[in-house]
Amino acid sequence: MTPLLSVKTLRKTYGAHVGCTDVSFDLFPGEVMGIVGESGSGKTTLLNCLAGHLTPDRGQVIFDTRADGPRDVLAMSEPERRMLGRTDWAFVHQHARDGLRMNVSAGGNVGERLMAVGARHYGAIRAQAADWLGRVEIDAGRIDDRPTTFSGGMQQRLQIARNLVTQPRLVFMDEPTGGLDVSVQARLLDLLRGLVRDLGLSAIVVTHDLAVVRLLAHRLMVMKDGRVVETGLTDQVLDDPQHPYTQLLVSSVLQV
Amino acid sequence: MTDYNFAYLDEQTKRMIRRALLKALAIPGYQVPFASREMPMPYGWGTGGVQVTASVLTPEDRLKVIDQGADDTTNAVSIRKFFEKTAQVATTTRTTEATVIQTRHRIPETPLGEDQILVYQVPIPEPLRFLEPRETETRRMHALEEYGLMHVKLYEDIARHGAIATAYAYPVKVAGRYVMDPSPIPKFDNPKLSDCPAIQLFGAGREQRIYALPPYTDVVSLDFEDHPFEASKAPHACALCGSGDSYLDEIVTDDAGGRMFLCSDTDYCESRHERGAA
Ligand SMILES: Nc1ncnc2c1ncn2[C@@H]1O[C@H](COP(=O)(O)OP(=O)(O)OP(=O)(O)O)[C@@H](O)[C@H]1O
Ligand SMILES: [Mg+2]
Repeated sequence: MTPLLSVKTLRKTYGAHVGCTDVSFDLFPGEVMGIVGESGSGKTTLLNCLAGHLTPDRGQVIFDTRADGPRDVLAMSEPERRMLGRTDWAFVHQHARDGLRMNVSAGGNVGERLMAVGARHYGAIRAQAADWLGRVEIDAGRIDDRPTTFSGGMQQRLQIARNLVTQPRLVFMDEPTGGLDVSVQARLLDLLRGLVRDLGLSAIVVTHDLAVVRLLAHRLMVMKDGRVVETGLTDQVLDDPQHPYTQLLVSSVLQV
Repeated sequence: MTDYNFAYLDEQTKRMIRRALLKALAIPGYQVPFASREMPMPYGWGTGGVQVTASVLTPEDRLKVIDQGADDTTNAVSIRKFFEKTAQVATTTRTTEATVIQTRHRIPETPLGEDQILVYQVPIPEPLRFLEPRETETRRMHALEEYGLMHVKLYEDIARHGAIATAYAYPVKVAGRYVMDPSPIPKFDNPKLSDCPAIQLFGAGREQRIYALPPYTDVVSLDFEDHPFEASKAPHACALCGSGDSYLDEIVTDDAGGRMFLCSDTDYCESRHERGAA
């Protein structure tokens, strides 16, 4: 099977400082990869390099495009990459306000990606927006309200709806449950798990919360100091960690 | 006592503006930056339009200046006087007689010809500004032709008002490429932008941008399939000349709610009136 995403020896430095280095992995269709590690271990740097928000110093990010099969995203032109970013890819930010237009209604937020790829029927756009609000458990009566009037959990669900409306094949998520209350986190996780399953999404989820990867991720990469120190099936890694750092990570969570 | 150069601006500045104009004509709808000069009038009085007019004006030209369709408003009168004084050009109120027309908020009703130039005064040249205040981002959107956001604005309009409520500065797509703000003309005038034999030049003084439509450029008003663009106007005829298809201003005639609809284009109205009376 062709990997949906194939990452080869990726490296990103900030001056003399290493953001991430020597990262290689394959992601197969329908798979969810979790990336865990302590603060500063390079998770966000890696995700931004994969999603085209940062330019890595070296390496390849090969995506299996619909039209032309596997292509190195880093060698694409900017318009091509941005087109990918609003069609086959989605990016869920930790802070909903970074991923939403706060001065645009919920319906307009969800509809934007549709309009960006050429949808020109107001009724159809609105119907799809309403459908997606329903799927992320936002009352359809809120469709014309701005996200500023939404709770943090609702904003995050709206951001997810806005991203998934164009049926992307690959979703990048950076701490999707970070900054939310525990009960709100649980609901969002349930929702995400349902969506990933129902839509057959492939995803890369960055988090420092092992509970999130336990629920969402099939496979796990553990990062430390910009490097991947352990990788494997989620249950395997969490139940039988091999690397001393992973052992520490898992045990420190269990102690809490 | 110093003498003014012809049409006030020095030749160096005019050459710089003409270069911007040529570039703007070569890339229809694209906003070309230019170094706007201080003019002896406040911003908001059409300093962008005045600089463009000054740069295209020749001694043989006949200038017409309109503000909201009228030749006799303060703004129109003072700009006309400005060029009478600094360029000694002939002026007129007749659309058909003018070679250069500077306008604020209207396109004349009388169809323009190939020997005419229409200069628009523009307050805000960037059509995407409303939803994306970052200039770096709007520039990239234009460069990459990412105009989904423009439809988000129209979507918000319909969601809030049940119809596209944008009545002025209604966004257009130029020659299938750049999205452009046609300046605050009523959307009734939008169809006149397209396939026009005259040269159309747009000047934004405070924002330092120039853009243009060469003759016979295709200009399309953005819309949705189920909410098509409509060049609407008040459903009345002009109380003076009886025209049923010119853009009308509503005039309150007394304090008992009496009102009247008159052509906003005063020259159009008067010439119809004269012809009718003759
Ligand atoms: N813009 C930047 N300039 C310089 N150094 C940076 C920059 N962004 C990140 N770094 C450094 O790169 C390393 C990796 O940072 P990164 O943000 O990827 O970590 P992270 O794993 O996402 O951390 P967190 O869990 O806190 O979000 C850190 O040492 C960080 O200080
Ligand atoms: Mg991070």
